[in-house]
Amino acid sequence: MKNPMIEVKDFRKAYGNTVAVDGISFTAKQGEIFGLLGPNGAGKTSTLECLEGLRAPSGGSLRVVGLDPASEFHNLRNLIGVQLQSSGLPESITPDEAMKFFCAYHSVSPRFDLLERLGLAEKRKAQFYELSTGQQRRLSLALAVAHNPQALFLDEPTAGLDVATRVELHGMMRELQSAGTTIILATHDMAEAEEMSDRVAILLKGKIVSIGTPMEITATGAGLTKISVRTQDSSLSVPGVAFPAVSQHIFKDDYNIYFSSDIGPTVSAIIAHISDKGDTLIDLRVERPSLEDRFLEITNTGVAQ
Amino acid sequence: MNAFIHHFSFEFRAGIRNKQLLLMNYLFPLGFYLMMGFIMAEINPLFREDIIPAMIVFGILAATLLGIPDPLVNARENGVFRSYKINGVPSISILVIPALTTILHLVIVAVLITVTAPLLFDAPSPVNWLNFALIFIAMAFACAGLSVLIGVVSPSSRMTVLWSQLIFVPSMLLGGLMLPYSMLPAVAGKFAQLLPATQAMNAFNGLAMGKVAAFSPWGSVVMLLVSGALAFGLAVYLFSWDSRNTARRGHPLLALLVLLPYVVGIFLFS
Repeated sequence: MKNPMIEVKDFRKAYGNTVAVDGISFTAKQGEIFGLLGPNGAGKTSTLECLEGLRAPSGGSLRVVGLDPASEFHNLRNLIGVQLQSSGLPESITPDEAMKFFCAYHSVSPRFDLLERLGLAEKRKAQFYELSTGQQRRLSLALAVAHNPQALFLDEPTAGLDVATRVELHGMMRELQSAGTTIILATHDMAEAEEMSDRVAILLKGKIVSIGTPMEITATGAGLTKISVRTQDSSLSVPGVAFPAVSQHIFKDDYNIYFSSDIGPTVSAIIAHISDKGDTLIDLRVERPSLEDRFLEITNTGVAQ
Repeated sequence: MNAFIHHFSFEFRAGIRNKQLLLMNYLFPLGFYLMMGFIMAEINPLFREDIIPAMIVFGILAATLLGIPDPLVNARENGVFRSYKINGVPSISILVIPALTTILHLVIVAVLITVTAPLLFDAPSPVNWLNFALIFIAMAFACAGLSVLIGVVSPSSRMTVLWSQLIFVPSMLLGGLMLPYSMLPAVAGKFAQLLPATQAMNAFNGLAMGKVAAFSPWGSVVMLLVSGALAFGLAVYLFSWDSRNTARRGHPLLALLVLLPYVVGIFLFS
């Protein structure tokens, strides 16, 4: 069994009378990508900042790569990499200078190859304020991984990135994972969390309301399957047409969309209906609930089922 | 050491690359020097005697008080210090390196003024170069410390401007740059002694320019050095990595202790 690289136990963080995080616990193993999800104000950033040693926890215990971030930060700083939500670099620094500067403080050789890989080759001499938001975030990411950290904290890493860079970033995350780096990924992008994370925790009002693999989390919801159907003559759009196990029906963009608790009888009945009416099936899609569906379900109801 | 060199190198280049810093380090001091040399020396020929020390003191005030605090506040507010902390940049480097690079820019400005003023404006050169250099270093050290301290305790850019101007404007009016200290009323003179500019002009007059000091010139040098050391010490003590952090070691008003050497000096050296 791989070692836990991140251990959070009964962690609590309060700012005055406001409790941002209220007694959460989780672990992340070596080489695991762990997603932290939640709406704004759920406590994700507070959790990350305490794990990164930027803030002291109000209660509970935190261990990162076996060290206490609050009291052993000096030893921890070379073992972790952090991409902050705001890029946080001086506006006149160039990517080349930033790479030399931060690598020097980590006592490693500058990794200019990362700048090229992340599409910053032509901007190496540009000042930070001249870079686009996406380029600033890519630079921030390159700096976070340049010293080969054992644990990497990514706060909204793909916000503002184009598709190609996003794919490159995901590839880089997989490589780091293969090399044994533990990644804590805080994101609003559910598709990214579902694709990249081995496990996720959903935070709501400072508490973890659901934790597990994306598959486990989606499986614990209401379990409705989405069936989208489009036909030639719109025979499904006639009022009064109903199918077994369907709890909700909507019509959108020429598609009849059914949410079914039992797809077998529903799909059979739909196909039989189309055949009976002499209509022609153009498209039929059956989709399991996504992490986003489950996330919305949890955040709307406020509880995990 | 490698990290220090990279940090110093970046900060020094930023002092030229950044338009605001270029203005405060070079354009404003040298532009003002040329303007004063061409206009003021014609209106008041006696000003020629003071042009080198006065314009160097002005350059130090502009580059430090107007150039150092705001970038520090902006860096803290924009999360640069947080990024530095995570990557192991020590707080002492954050505070000392901008001060050192500013002093290096000031050396260049001071050399330009000292070399060109005798040629352009028939200004007398210093008679004691060693003392001249020492007083320059002491004044730059005191003002850099004070500026770093303002950057550390100011909650916003607006407050930074207020605190900086609170020292800059009286220094221009009462510091002996435009008007000799001896011409000030007694009360204004006592107040003026709380300003680094007054102490520097007094020391320049008594120890480097061959003129008569209004009060103990070595006392002025000691006050500058002690207040500079105190200012850096207070800045390190009061430093916080980001303004949202509630944990702070002391109240910002502790920064007023930086005036203590000047207050004591009024009694000891006047």
